[in-house]
Amino acid sequence: MSSALRREQNRTTGALLIPALLVIIIFTTIPALTTLSYAFFAWDGFQRGSFNGLENFQKLFAYPYSDQLFAALKHNTIAFVVIMTFQTSLGLLFAYAMFRIKRGLRLYRVVVFLPVIFSLVVVGYLWQALLDPFYGPVNQIITGIGLPEFAKPWLGDTATALPTLMFINLWRWVGFPAIVFLAGLNAINTEYIEAARIDGASEGQIFRRIIFPLLAPSLTIITVLTFIGAYEWFDLPFVLGGSNGSPAGATDTLALMFYRLSFGSIDSGANNVGVGSALGVLIFTLVGLGAAFGSKMLRKREVEQ
Amino acid sequence: MKLLRSKIFFQGVLIINSIMVLLPVFFLLNSSLRESNDFASTPFALARDPYWENYSKVWSEGSFGSYFFNSLIITGGSLILILILALGAGFVLGRYQFKGNNLIFGFILTGMLVPAKLAILPLFIQLKWMGLLDSRLGLILVYTSAALPAAVFIMSGFFRSLPNDLDNAARIDGASEIVLLRRVLVPLVRPGMAIVAIYSAIPIWNDFFLPLVFLQTPEKKTLMQGLTVFFGQYASQWGVLFAGLCLAALPLVVLYLVLSEQFIKGLTAGAVKG
Repeated sequence: MSSALRREQNRTTGALLIPALLVIIIFTTIPALTTLSYAFFAWDGFQRGSFNGLENFQKLFAYPYSDQLFAALKHNTIAFVVIMTFQTSLGLLFAYAMFRIKRGLRLYRVVVFLPVIFSLVVVGYLWQALLDPFYGPVNQIITGIGLPEFAKPWLGDTATALPTLMFINLWRWVGFPAIVFLAGLNAINTEYIEAARIDGASEGQIFRRIIFPLLAPSLTIITVLTFIGAYEWFDLPFVLGGSNGSPAGATDTLALMFYRLSFGSIDSGANNVGVGSALGVLIFTLVGLGAAFGSKMLRKREVEQ
Repeated sequence: MKLLRSKIFFQGVLIINSIMVLLPVFFLLNSSLRESNDFASTPFALARDPYWENYSKVWSEGSFGSYFFNSLIITGGSLILILILALGAGFVLGRYQFKGNNLIFGFILTGMLVPAKLAILPLFIQLKWMGLLDSRLGLILVYTSAALPAAVFIMSGFFRSLPNDLDNAARIDGASEIVLLRRVLVPLVRPGMAIVAIYSAIPIWNDFFLPLVFLQTPEKKTLMQGLTVFFGQYASQWGVLFAGLCLAALPLVVLYLVLSEQFIKGLTAGAVKG
C-alpha cells in the first residue's frame, strides 16, 4: 500500500470512526460506568452526597424496600417461567405449522408477526379496553356463552392481574419466537428429514429426534432474550398498572421499583437515587450473569449439522 | 392420509392464531368509527355508518398533531444520525486493516450489553448538566448511542462481504476514500441500511420510557408518551380513544403491510443468522 493511500486512510478512519465512538462513549459508556459508582454514595434528590460504602445495598435488603424487592423478584421470575413455557411453545408450534404447510404461508407470516410492530402503549390500552369490566367485549362474550361467574375485572383483581399481563405480553410477542424458529427450521438440511421418513420414523419421532435438537441455536437465543426481557419487564406493567404495580403491587416488577426509587412516585413519595442505583446494579448483575451462564449452558447442547 | 390430517391440523392452528391476532385489531378499527355512546351500549355492532368525527376530534382538539410531529422529528433525526455514523464506522471497521481495529470493534459491541434503562439515572443527570434534558436533540443523541453498536455490527458485516477488487478498481480510477464509500460501496450495502433502519426506527417510534423520563414540556412530548396523557383526558370517550390508538399505530402498520419482509428481517436481526 502506498504511503499516500495509507495517510488518506488514516485520515478517513479518524473522520468516520471518531464521531460514532464519541456518541457511544458520552451517551452509553460513561453513564453505564457512573451508574455503578452512584450506588456507593448518599444522595439528596439528584444531589450527590458523601461516599457511604454498601449502605444503599443494606437499605435495599431491609424494611421497607426488602418486601417490595422480593415481591417484585417473584413476579419477574413467574413472568420468565410462564412466558418461557407458553410463549416459546406456542411460537414453536406456529413456526412448525408454517414450516409444514405451503398454502397461505406468506399471509400467516405477516399476520403472526403483526403484533410485534405495535407499540406496547397501544397494545396495553387496546387490551385494557377489551378487558374493561363493564364495556369490554371479553367479559360480554364470557357472559354471553353462559358463564357470567368467569367475567372478572381481569386487570383490577390481584389474583388475575399478573396472569392477564402475561397473556397480553404473549399476544404481542409470540410472533417473534415464531419467526426465529421458522428461520431455524428453514436452515435444517431437509435430507435428514427425508432420510428419517424413508426409514419409517413417525412425524413425532422426526420432530423430537431430528428437528428439535437441530433447533437448539434458535432456542438458545429465544431463552436468553426471554430471560433478559422478563427480568427487565417494564413497559406493559407500567402502562397497565402504573409505577406502583397496581392493583396493590400485584404487577410490581424490579424495573418498576427501580423507576420509583429513581424518580419518585405519587404513592411512595420522594426518590432515593442511592438505593435505586443499588437496585440497578443488582438487576444488571442478575441479567448479565444469568444471560451469560444460560447461553453457555444452552450452547453445550447445540449439535453440529 | 396421515400427512393430509397433519396439514389440516397445522392450517387450523394458523387460522385460529390469525383470528386471535386480527379480531382485536378489527375491533379497534371498527370501534374507532363509532360514536362513544353507541359503543357503550352495543360494543359489538358494526360501524355501518362510519363516524369519522372521532378522528377529526383527535387530530384537532388535543395535542395529537404536535405529539405526532415530535415523534416524527425524533425518530427521523435519530435514524439519519444512526445511518450516517454506522455507514462511516462500518466502512472503516469492515474494510480497513489497522492496529486496534478489533479492539475498537469489540468496544463498540460492549455497548450492546448495556440496557439503556439501567443507565437512566446518570444519563438524566448528565443530560441536565449538558443542557440536553427536556430536549428533542438530547433524546435523539441517546437513541443514536443506544442503536449504534448493533447498527455498526450489521453494517460492518455488509461492508466486509464485498470483494476487495471494488476498492482497488475505484482507487486506480482516482477515487478518494470518501468517493469510494459514497459512490461505489453505499449503493451495494443498501439492504444492510434497510435492516439497520427498521431495527432502530421501530423501537424508537414505539418507545415511551425515555420520553417519559427526559421530556417534560407538553409541546415536546412524543406520540406514545402523549397517548397516556390523552387517555386521561378522554376517559370513557371510547370512540375518540380508539381513534387515537388507531392513528398512533397506523404509520407502522401501513409501512409493515408494504414492506413486511424487510420489517420481519429487520426486527429479528441479531436473533436470526443470515
